[in-house]
Order: sequence, then structure tokens, then C-alpha cells
Amino acid sequence: MRYLPLTEPDRRAMLSRIGVLDIESLFKDVPDAARLRGPVDLPSFKGEIEVERLFAAMAAKNLGTARAPSFLGAGAYRHHVPAAVDALIQRGEFLTSYTPYQPEIAQGTLQYLFEFQTQVALITGMDVANASMYDGASAAAEAVMMATRITRHGRAVLSGGLHPHYREVIATHARFLGFTLDLAAPDPNGAEDLIPRINQGTSCVVVQYPGFFGHLRDYAALAEAAHKVGALLVVVVTEPVALGAVTAPGDMGADIVVGEGQPIGNALSFGGPYVGLFATREKYVRQMPGRLAGQTVDKDGRRGFVLTLSAREQHIRREKATSNICTNSGLCALAFTIHLSLLGEAGFARLARLNHLAALRLSERLAGVPGVEILNDNFFNEFTLRLPVPAAGVVENLAGRGILGGVPASRLYPAEANLADLLIVAATELNTDEDGERLVSGLREVLR
Amino acid sequence: MSDTKFTEEHEWIRVEGGIGTIGITDYAQKQLGDVVYVELPEPGRKVEKGKDMAVVESVKAASEVYAPVSGEVVEINAKLKDEPATVNAAPMAGGWFVKIRLSDPKELEGLLSETAYRDFVRGLH
Amino acid sequence: MNRERITISGDRALAIEEPLIFEQGRPGCSGVDLPEPSGQARLGRFERNGPIGLPDLSEPQIVRHYTRLSQQNYGIDTGFFPLGSCTMKHNPRLNEKLARLPGIADLHPLQPVSTVQGALEIIDTLAHWLKVLTGMPAVAMSPAAGAHGELCGVMAIRAALEAAGDPRKRILVADSAHGTNPATAAACGYTVEAVPTTKEGHVDLDEFKRRLGPDVAGTMITNPNTCGLFERDMIAIAEAVHGIGGYFYCDGANFNAIVGRVRPGDLGIDAMHINLHKTFSTPHGGGGPGSGPVVLSAALAPFAPLPYVVHRGKAFELVEQRDDGQAFGRLKAFHGQMGMFVRALAYMMSHGSDGLAQVSGDAVLNANYLLACLADVLTPAFPGPCMHEALFNDSSLKDTGVTTLDIAKALIDEGYHPMTVYFPLVVHGAMLIEPTETESKDSLDRFIASMRGLVERAKAGDAAYFQDAPRHAPRRRLDETTAARHPILRWRPESAKGEAAE
Repeated sequence: MRYLPLTEPDRRAMLSRIGVLDIESLFKDVPDAARLRGPVDLPSFKGEIEVERLFAAMAAKNLGTARAPSFLGAGAYRHHVPAAVDALIQRGEFLTSYTPYQPEIAQGTLQYLFEFQTQVALITGMDVANASMYDGASAAAEAVMMATRITRHGRAVLSGGLHPHYREVIATHARFLGFTLDLAAPDPNGAEDLIPRINQGTSCVVVQYPGFFGHLRDYAALAEAAHKVGALLVVVVTEPVALGAVTAPGDMGADIVVGEGQPIGNALSFGGPYVGLFATREKYVRQMPGRLAGQTVDKDGRRGFVLTLSAREQHIRREKATSNICTNSGLCALAFTIHLSLLGEAGFARLARLNHLAALRLSERLAGVPGVEILNDNFFNEFTLRLPVPAAGVVENLAGRGILGGVPASRLYPAEANLADLLIVAATELNTDEDGERLVSGLREVLR
Repeated sequence: MSDTKFTEEHEWIRVEGGIGTIGITDYAQKQLGDVVYVELPEPGRKVEKGKDMAVVESVKAASEVYAPVSGEVVEINAKLKDEPATVNAAPMAGGWFVKIRLSDPKELEGLLSETAYRDFVRGLH
Repeated sequence: MNRERITISGDRALAIEEPLIFEQGRPGCSGVDLPEPSGQARLGRFERNGPIGLPDLSEPQIVRHYTRLSQQNYGIDTGFFPLGSCTMKHNPRLNEKLARLPGIADLHPLQPVSTVQGALEIIDTLAHWLKVLTGMPAVAMSPAAGAHGELCGVMAIRAALEAAGDPRKRILVADSAHGTNPATAAACGYTVEAVPTTKEGHVDLDEFKRRLGPDVAGTMITNPNTCGLFERDMIAIAEAVHGIGGYFYCDGANFNAIVGRVRPGDLGIDAMHINLHKTFSTPHGGGGPGSGPVVLSAALAPFAPLPYVVHRGKAFELVEQRDDGQAFGRLKAFHGQMGMFVRALAYMMSHGSDGLAQVSGDAVLNANYLLACLADVLTPAFPGPCMHEALFNDSSLKDTGVTTLDIAKALIDEGYHPMTVYFPLVVHGAMLIEPTETESKDSLDRFIASMRGLVERAKAGDAAYFQDAPRHAPRRRLDETTAARHPILRWRPESAKGEAAE
């Protein structure tokens, strides 16, 4: 077996040093009833060639976004990832290292986490960020729990423009921790007013920017209304590329900004692994969940980095920890950091602009399709169409023509009949004008 | 120092005119190591005897500080925010945590005297 | 070392200092060549004013920067990494290659299900392997890590109890458990009660039973436990907790010791997470991403979170919503850590049923070999044989002035990643050494020689040597106290630092 270095003579020598006859004797504490007498009922050992063949066959059954014009967004976005990103994150010293508990030999990880934290703080317009979370949705749930701890209020208001999966994840935690939610109805027109929902019991208001249906909204007044009753404004960003073009949430008065980092540096990969972003104000840093890298000096006075403020974490605080989280999403955070470093100030702004313009051109094309109505007055790289027929069937039909035509709102809101005709469409720098033409002509045919 | 009382959770309280000053003992600060942060209650908060009132953090540990008696927080040691090391340097003096107005001075009777606390600590080893 | 003989650059051959990315670059540089945008933006008042403050560098500068950072890291690829309870085994590169295949890496999670049948087949196949290996009827695939899996399992327990009309109040957790166990129970609204460990390193069954009652929702027990031992009383614990109507959560962090040899389902458990990044070799990546599927008993299966894959005829379907309301909810967006599923399944298929039994056998053999070869210089915390990790206490260092931490730091200078130290908490000055099955005998022998030499040096009274270690690492011991007292958590431009100081 290619991954097992012990030889039979090694095993025999080691067993004799231990003083037992065979490996089986080392399992003497296992109750007899639970001991397997032979191998489990699964295929046996395979070489690299066979395993590759099996996976190639399974991969071939899928229609990848690289092979088809794709307009899918709704929380996961396909962008170009420079080749250097993947080459660097596959360096063994990054790939095969562990959580930096021994900082003297983990400065590489600690320094990139410090750079990641800085980048996230900068693009969100916040003071500090942590070293990443599982994904955007779990980060959003952690944000609500943090707001509950800070305000000691028990009711969170969730926008109808918040990604439905994020709403469900928050609701799952709410159910078990006993805080309540005020769920605004889905808001495809970007017209909801959450201010009347805020009261003395509100812990936070959670909004998305740009919204699930693509709208950009100014949250400054909402922040002010929340702060008046001691509540926090939590802004969720599922498409951080937007932050290269639009006002940062921190400049609108956000107290916590969470987001999905996948669009920068990370593959779509059917939904994971992704990387949750989490940023907040300086004054809340000790209430923030997750790991933090901090700057310090070593015994010789040289600058170095360590994990810090870890007394808040589960391995020390146990049942009193701020969160049960142990793992972050280190390697995905590294991909994010390298990609954003390659982009730099100018490249990030340009990438954002390319996205926005690609979506604008697409919207202009689609506006010409009979029966199609665009619901957005404004958007970044994603917007919502109202079709004359249910969107799910249209998407299925388009897929048959080799076009991944967007996400029907009904995929995420199956019970809401009034959303059945809505199709959420995204465009990125990877969408060519020809892609747009194919979608338009495909739609014309399907809707005819 | 004779009017200072102690708990088995290593807090001390010194009462003057119905106001008790509370901190952690020298033994406690030594067990924790370098104190890096102290989380204090906001003035005005009612605390209850035996319930957690503050948190003290070192690099590798975090520990609840329990109210030795019940009452209302009237003052906190704001200096600890920027200089948590004071807890290590002077736990029984400048490193105090909070002052509370006692709601039931009788609760003091159940606490340890200085000698009794010393014996208690000696018994821990 | 003579610190006077420093180089002019301050660097030493391959040991090259690297400033922060923010301290490099200049406007005009770029690491990407994106097309010139043409057209008028329509962002109106949302258009960003002013720069973000990101540095601009070219690709060669970026590649060098992150390459140099990587060289300050120790990985499994670098050398022996016996970090107990973390299972730092070799990460096959085939798995990396497969996770990046077109048709896998470029799949969007919300594509029509008809276009992702192969992806669902991968998830379903992995689920099958996990169920067979654990002897459990169901598995929830979406948890993103071990602690996330714990959350999933305890939420399922609570949901099942709520459905029966009594969510109950307490969860019993072994005092030797990972900190995530009590944190998880608390995050599900339970109070935590610790169960002591016996002198032999096992859950104290009598004490366990004494704490049971009608308000106990269940228990969380790690098996093999964090002392590196198989819990002999697993079946009795299961019977006892089931007897009061509670559920048995097993922390599967140490599944590597028994994979292919023991099915946890045969021990009577109701839920167990499997860290794909431990037992099934998906890379730890400097602390994630992980993946923590949770196998569930028939009693808990109806409460599994969304989404999950089902068969419909020859096709696969993805259940993303459920009308009967039994599913306890959703733990993350989309469907789980697909990239990790591919890697783990490739690893499992490579070994097969026979190879996986050899994996646990060799992992246990390596640990017992270390235990046998070090038992005369270090004190085993418990009598052997152990499972996949060897645990020592610090009693043999008594009165040497050398601590467990000092030994760890000295091991760094020897060229090793240290073992886990001071965990489990129930063992004084714990040293938890987990070699894994992917270490050769030569590698173990070299480590044993270093460890013996260090302990002998400590006993000879050379404490100063240890307190000064490490000397040869990219950094010497770091000041964690200052880092925590005055946290600097991000870079700021020089001008901003001045303002902040005022």
C-alpha cells in the first residue's frame, strides 16, 4: 500500500519490542462482541490509475460551469482565479500544516492570517476581523449570537433580502439557543422597511449587501435606528468582489460585517469548502468568535505573530466559550489573501468594475426579451428577472441546451408561490458577450 | 486588613461604610499567571452572592469571579482595562475589581477570615 | 550561537525575513492583467469613494512573498508531526488532483440537479462508505468540521427529545473530553456535567451512572478517548444512557485507531462525527477547512439536518427542504464540504476495506512502539497497550526545572513538530504523542532517540538549555502576554498609528 511505510519485518520487530504477538493483541480493550472478524463489506485496495478513472467517470456526468455559459450566483460566484493562487496554496508547508499552536514554526500561517484579517477589515470598512469561519452562513449565525451576548437582547430582525440558507442557519441556532427571530418576508423588489420592526428587545438587524435579489440599499438610517435602542447592525456580504466598487458596510454604520469569501480565490466546488469572513468594531473584539492572529515580539525582539485572545475559545473556556468553533478555514483564507494580494488596490477595483459592467450589459440584453421584466433599479453583478412562467422549468430547459441560466428563486423558496416566476441571474468577468447572447436566444426560444 | 474577608473561590472583600471593595487574592493571581484582561460588570448592575460577576483572563486561562456577597455595583476599577498587570502586581490593593453596595451585610458572616483563608490555601497543596 | 556574527541583510541563507504584504508594493504594479473596463457604471450613490488601502505588487513579488512565508511553516511534508488527537497523517496528492477536476471544482451548488448527478454520486458513495465503516444506518454530510459535527449530533438529540415532548436539561461529558464537547452542549441549550476519569484513564462508569437521571438528554464520550485508550465500558454506557431515555453521542475524533476493525454502531452509539481531515487524510491546511459528517442511529436519522441525497430510481435527488418538519434545520449554506468529500473518498478507495484495517493497525502499532521505547525515561500516564496515541505525564521531569512546554520547544530544535501538550487536562503536564500509520520505523527511531536524549539532558540538570529553546526556529519564544494585553490584530499605515496613539 503506497501510503503505508511499515514493512512486514518492521511490524514483526516492533511487535517483539512491545512484547505482543500480533497487532490484534493491542486491541484487547475492545469488547469481543464489537470486534470485526474480517474486512468490512467494501471494495479492496486500488492503485492511483483506477481511482483516477473512477473519479473521472463521476466528474464526466456533471455539467461544469467551465463548459457552459453560466449565470449562477445566489451566494456562490465563479470568478477567474489566477494560477499562482493554486500553486502557492498547494505548497506542502501550507497545505499540510496544522493550527499554529507552536508559533515558532508556524509564522507562515500566522502572518498570512494577520494579512487576511487586515484585508477583510479594509474591504469591509471595519476595525478588526478574525482568522475566518466555516462559511458565510455560519458566520452570520455567529454574528447574531455575538449580538445577543453584547446587547443581552433576545430578538433578531432578519431582512427579506438575506440569503434563505443564511436565514435557515440562523434560525437553526435560534431554535436551540432560545433567541427569537423576526423574519421579514422575501423582498424581491428591495423595498422593505425594517425600521418599524426595531424595538427595545432587538439584538440586531441582519441585512445583506448587495441583497439576495441583487439590490443595493443604503443602511445608514437603519444603523441609526438600531443603535438608538442599543441594537447592532449586522451586514452580510455574499459577493465580496462588490466591495471593490461600492461603499463599504463599515461606512454605513455596520457593527458586524460577515460574509462569504469564496468569490475571491476559491473554486465553486459544489458549495464547499468556502471561507466565512467576520469583521467588527474594535470595542467588540473580545466578544468575537473564532481564532485571531496577533502581532508580538519574540525573545530576541523580532516581530512575530501568535494566536491571541484564545482564552475566549472552547479549548480553555469549555462550556463558557464564545462559540464551540475550533477549526477555521485556513487554506481557503490563504487563497483569498493571495488572490486579493495579486489584485491589489487597482486590480480589485477593476475586477469589481468588470463584474458590474458585465451584469449591466447582460441586463440590457435581457430587457429586450419579450415577457421578461427586471426587478432591480440598481445592482452590482446580480439581479432578478420576472419571467412569464415558473423559472424552475425554464432553467431546466436551458440546462438541456447547455446553458446554466441562473438560480430560480423557488429553488430556495419552494413554498412561496409569488416567487415562482423569479430568476436570479449573475454575471462576472468570466461571462463574455457571446455567453449573454446565448442566454438571450435560449430564453427567447424557451419562452416562445 | 483584619476586616478583609475571603472566599474559597479566592475572592476578597473589604467593607467600609456599607460599600465592599472586591478583588482576587494573591494566590489566585499566581495560579492564573499574567493577567491580560479583566471583564467587569457595568456600574448599576445587581450581583448575587456566589454568582459570576466578572471574568479574569490570562494567556492560557479564563476564570469567573464570583460575587462574595449580593449588592449593586457602584464603581469599577477602570484602570484595569489598560493595565491588567495591576492584578498581578497588587491584587489586594490597586488591582481591585469592583465596589458594591451590600444589600445584606449579614452575608459577610459566612466568609473566611484571613487566617482561615490562609489555612484553606495551605490545604490545597 | 554567536549573535554578533549577523549578516548584512539580516537573513541567513534559506532563513529569509519577510515583511508584511502591506509593507511592500507600489502603485502602478499589479499581479493581474484584467481587460480594460468599457462602459459607464450605474452604481450611483453606492459608488465607493476613495481607496481601500490594498498594496499593489506584481506576480513575482507575490509568489516570492508567500513562498517565503511557507518556508517558516512546519508541515507533515516537512517531517514528523506527532500532534496527539490531531491525526497528522500523510496527505496524498492524488486527492488534491481529483478535487480540482473539471466537472467537480467548477460545479455551482445551485445548478439544476440533473446537471450534477456525478457530484451527488460522490456524496452518496462517500456516505455509503461512512455508514458501512461505522455500522450506522444514516449520515448527515453537511457539517464543516468536527465541532460543527458535534453541534449537528447534539441538535439531532435535542430535536428527537423535543419531538417526544421533553428536551431535558443536562448532558454528561467526560472530563477528559475536547473543549468542543462542553461548548457544543452549551450551544444547544444544555448544562454540562463532567464525569470523572478513573486512575486507569477510562470514564468512571459508577460515577457516570450516579449522574444519570430523567433530566439527562444524553452523554458525549470520546472513543478511543483522549487518553489514547479504548473505552471498555462503551456498551454499558450505551445501555445506561438508553435506559433513562437519553442518547449517546460519540466524539469520533480518534476514529483512526479503529477504522476497519471496530464499528462504533456495534457499541450502541446514536451519533458520531468523523473528522475527514483526521482519519481520512484531507489536509489540515493550517487549521481548516475541515469536514465533519455525522453518522446517526435509526432513532436520530429522521432529525438529520438539510440537505441530503436520496435515490430516485437510477437518479440522485437532493432534499433541500422537508415538509414534515422533522429535520432539525440547516447548518451551513449549500450541501457540505464537497472538496473534502472528494479527497476523503479517494483516500478510502485507495486503501479499500483491507487497507483501512491496516491503517488502524499500523497507527496503533506505531503508538505502542513509541510507548514501549520511551516508557523507561518518561512516565506513561496509563498502562498500555494504548490505541493510536501514547500519553505521558511530566512526573519524570519533576525537580528538573524543565516543563512539558520546554520539552516541546526543544523538540522544535531537534527538527520535529512537538506532540500535543497539556491535553488532556486530566493528566498533569500531558504529552500526547500520535505518530499515525504514515510514519516509517526509521522515523520513529530517530524521534525516540531525540526524546530520550532530551529527557536525559533534563534529568542531568541542564534546565537552561530548555528554557532557551527553540534557538533554530524562524522565531524564538514569542511574547503571548503582550499580544493579549495590547492586541494588534491588523496592520495599519504609519499615519494611522500616530492618530491611534493620541
